[in-house]
Amino acid sequence: MKTFLEEVNEKIKGVPIQRCYHCRKCTAGCPLASVMEYNPNRIIKMIQMGMKKEVLNSSTIWLCASCETCITRCPNEVDIARMMDILREMAIKEGVPAKEKNVILFHEAFLWGIKLRGRINEPLMMVNYKLRSGDFFSDMSMGIEMFLKGKLPLISPKTKNLRAVKDIFEKTRQ
Amino acid sequence: MKVSYYPGCSLHGTAKEYDQSVKAVSSALGIDLAEVEDWSCCGATSAHSTNFKLSVALPARNLVLIESAGDKEVMVPCAACFNRFKSAQHHLAHDDRLKAEMDGIIGRPYQGTVTVKHPIGLFHDDVGMDTIAQKVVKRLTGLKPVSYYGCLLVRPPEVCQFENYENPCMLDEILGALGAEVKQWSFKTDCCGGSLTISRTDVVRNLVDRLMTMAREAGANCVVTACPVCMANLDTRAGENVKLPVFYFTELMALAMGVPGPADWFKLHMVDPTPLMSGLGLI
Repeated sequence: MKTFLEEVNEKIKGVPIQRCYHCRKCTAGCPLASVMEYNPNRIIKMIQMGMKKEVLNSSTIWLCASCETCITRCPNEVDIARMMDILREMAIKEGVPAKEKNVILFHEAFLWGIKLRGRINEPLMMVNYKLRSGDFFSDMSMGIEMFLKGKLPLISPKTKNLRAVKDIFEKTRQ
Repeated sequence: MKVSYYPGCSLHGTAKEYDQSVKAVSSALGIDLAEVEDWSCCGATSAHSTNFKLSVALPARNLVLIESAGDKEVMVPCAACFNRFKSAQHHLAHDDRLKAEMDGIIGRPYQGTVTVKHPIGLFHDDVGMDTIAQKVVKRLTGLKPVSYYGCLLVRPPEVCQFENYENPCMLDEILGALGAEVKQWSFKTDCCGGSLTISRTDVVRNLVDRLMTMAREAGANCVVTACPVCMANLDTRAGENVKLPVFYFTELMALAMGVPGPADWFKLHMVDPTPLMSGLGLI
């Protein structure tokens, strides 16, 4: 059986993450580090220590905004941003509930929107997100103001060959 | 110059002033944009955060459409779409097995002949700074912008191939050519929080407030962006005491070049830029 470290390294397909020597440049530049449960470099150490449950359960993997500052500045080219994508995918596959519930509900609503029309219609996607999250009232007045400015059109062109988009979803399903 | 055009979903909705201003400026610069026929969403953050293969396949479908139409270049104004397109190209070029799998999923092989360009690069390098400077009929005197590139245009550098990724200057140079007094700051490529704006609004408010505070400290009276996600966050999440007007760079290019439209586009902003602009005699 593969270790957690081997699993992650295999999927990153870049340099092995144990090349990290904890200079903490990733954490220093991370705009979300202050609200994360564990800092990015600490996640690397936890993977090395086989702490799969703690890592996949952490808020860190869902709060990473994929700004890619970490990989840009890492002196050892450890692809931390890609690592976060891999950890999120693993958590979904293994049925670990996301600690930041609304982050994944947003992603689900967004992907629902693509499957529905091939393109995101922002008001439809937002209604879907609100139904999923139960967060009905935030941004209401802003939404109305944007709607009145014509920035949230209820009708917008969709992809004609919707079959092709749905095929992509089916064939990449894990 | 004929260039294929991929607007992406935002430019047909919340970022419609970006769509209109990109088109107006391109036309004034002699660029003939043709929208990609039957394009679909790039997948954005939500695809790559949850399913790697989906995040490559969605942009790949569009790349194949562009290639099949015989186009060599595509302009992608949304920084998020730009990043997803470049990232898909990167993975397809470096992973033969993935490439074969994607060709099967799309049903038509991607030959790799499309160059993905952001309008900043296209205007700055292909049109050229001399041409842009010659087109200016109304200098933006008194406007003191900081240029905000955000994350997705510049990072990761290996994928985006954007100039000077820690201190990009192309947008500063364009704004300078328009007659604006561009302010220097060290937050050009700091993150605005992206799509967390919906799910963790509190976090994004903090990030945006810091950006606005720093822009003010640099002496700026506005912020200029080239990304619909950054625009949405900067324009809606800043605190009352720190907020500044935010512009798409193409709106300011149109204004300086005498291209019609800016006054109507400014009405679509959430932070009203008209007091600043009329105070400076620019509209």
